[in-house]
Amino acid sequence: MARRSLRHAFAETLVELAAEYPNLVVLEADLQDSTQSIQFSKVYPDRYLQMGVSEQNMMGVAAGLALSGKIPVTHTFACFASMRACEHVRTSIAYTRANVKIFVSHAGVSAGSAGTSHHATEDLAIMRAIANMSIVAPGDATEMKQAARAAIAHIGPVYIRCGAGDAEDVYTDRDVFRFGEATRLREGTDATIISTGYLMYEAVCAADLLAKEGTRVRVLQMATVKPLDREAVLAAASETGRIVTVEEHNIIGGLGSAVSEVVAQAGIGRVKIMGINDHFCAVGTGAYLLAQEGLTPEGIAAEVRTLLHVPAATRG
Amino acid sequence: MTIQELEHKAAEARKLIIETVIAAGVGHAGGSLSSAEVMTALYFDVMKMDPANPHWADRDRFVLSKGHSSAGLYSHLHMKGLMSREQLLTFRQNGSMLSGHPDMRKVPFVEMSTGSLGQGMAAGIGMAIAGKLDRKDYRVFVMIGDGESQEGAIWEGALCAPRYKLDNLTVILDRNRIQIDGFTEDIMPLEPIADKWRAFGWEVRDIDGHSMAEVVSTLRSVPFASGKPSFVIARTVKGKGVSFMEDNYVWHGGAPKGDLAEQAMREVTAALAKD
Repeated sequence: MARRSLRHAFAETLVELAAEYPNLVVLEADLQDSTQSIQFSKVYPDRYLQMGVSEQNMMGVAAGLALSGKIPVTHTFACFASMRACEHVRTSIAYTRANVKIFVSHAGVSAGSAGTSHHATEDLAIMRAIANMSIVAPGDATEMKQAARAAIAHIGPVYIRCGAGDAEDVYTDRDVFRFGEATRLREGTDATIISTGYLMYEAVCAADLLAKEGTRVRVLQMATVKPLDREAVLAAASETGRIVTVEEHNIIGGLGSAVSEVVAQAGIGRVKIMGINDHFCAVGTGAYLLAQEGLTPEGIAAEVRTLLHVPAATRG
Repeated sequence: MTIQELEHKAAEARKLIIETVIAAGVGHAGGSLSSAEVMTALYFDVMKMDPANPHWADRDRFVLSKGHSSAGLYSHLHMKGLMSREQLLTFRQNGSMLSGHPDMRKVPFVEMSTGSLGQGMAAGIGMAIAGKLDRKDYRVFVMIGDGESQEGAIWEGALCAPRYKLDNLTVILDRNRIQIDGFTEDIMPLEPIADKWRAFGWEVRDIDGHSMAEVVSTLRSVPFASGKPSFVIARTVKGKGVSFMEDNYVWHGGAPKGDLAEQAMREVTAALAKD
């Protein structure tokens, strides 16, 4: 197993796709090294648009480019795309169904000791509430490469989320990302862990820890947070009864909420939402901050054990 | 069309604007009335477009960044034969395609969904960059408001367009000096507005926005300088053509009712007959 950067994986894939899609253009808001859009700028300088520290303008310009036949891919940090430029994303891109791809890095708490100004633990909630918007948050380099291809091929706005750091490889040759579908990484019927983003690795490790105790846990990587794979969630709820969701995001409004909406409306199953517990984080590395929230293999396994001792949901 | 014929069209637009907002009982007449000459010049003289093909790739584009002047936009689309009078008079009604701020996915020839101030101009910049990338010769015209110019995003775009040497882009400021809460110079001063845009790298013209001859000759002459975006300050009167609305910030929004509605209709009808 190796650790690889998803920012680099995305950038490499964009360069590959540029030949296939002559109308693909890249926009950057003064973070070309951090987002790795610099790779594209070196190969396709004529299709690279430096926008400076002007995220709102960048989103509007991207909309205009898309409405003129381009496939613009904007680059900035998750916090700035989802919050500074939020209304421009909503009204100029999503409302017009402009074919813009919003690539964000440094999502969640992965900006670490840079501090809360650079964290994004609200972006999934924000993007999820915007009609016409799709969201993908891949968990390793292989999944990112496949998701990047799918996002560019998809017609309509897509928010593509990744962190700052490297992610452990989880995908094997058997695993395939499909837009809008969960990827089943472990089989089991005692409980289900549903992850998104980099915590896919922690989810799989937690399942492997539990397997040693004889507990068989299904693991679903939900890289596509929207549109959510409702069938996979309903199958997990009905076949395993208990679901733990795991995300690098506030426990309000993200993957856990999306899964709960499906489960609650179907009236089956129990859900435990793991994430950032509705507070701004302390100072520290991303790994340290995640550990503070119990977002480790041990922490996730402990929540599964607890949930297994709670009676299954019953009528009345 | 001669200048006189264009003036007649602008007067026709004013009558339609008043009819539209009276029928809806709501809307923003003031900014539609102030910008009538500019919109008429664009739609009937300056812009190349094919009424049979809204998506013609080489058409000139008009983005109404000050989306609240939708009654003016829709009236011009009607005068171009792009929507019926019946459709126009469904403005803001339940189930209509005509919202108070325009939706490009509902109305043909609306290039951008606008209404949230400070957003449309950036889209116009994107369209202009696309034109440059594709070596097309279409032009992009964007109309912004003066109240809108208080949005920070306008100044992000003001930095961006000169950087990309967008001489295929013309931004027109409908300088009617009034925003919802009062006069711009009392609310949040903009002057010296021409100096500001010049300093950002735009080629600026300051004109009488109600002189059709001046509007037409100015818009026909873009770009004012090769390699630079063009900026036109159209000095106008809010509510132009309806005496009690003119220069009165109370009439930024709202539709006249009762006697005032009758008076407004009388005045815009008389102006049309006079031409």
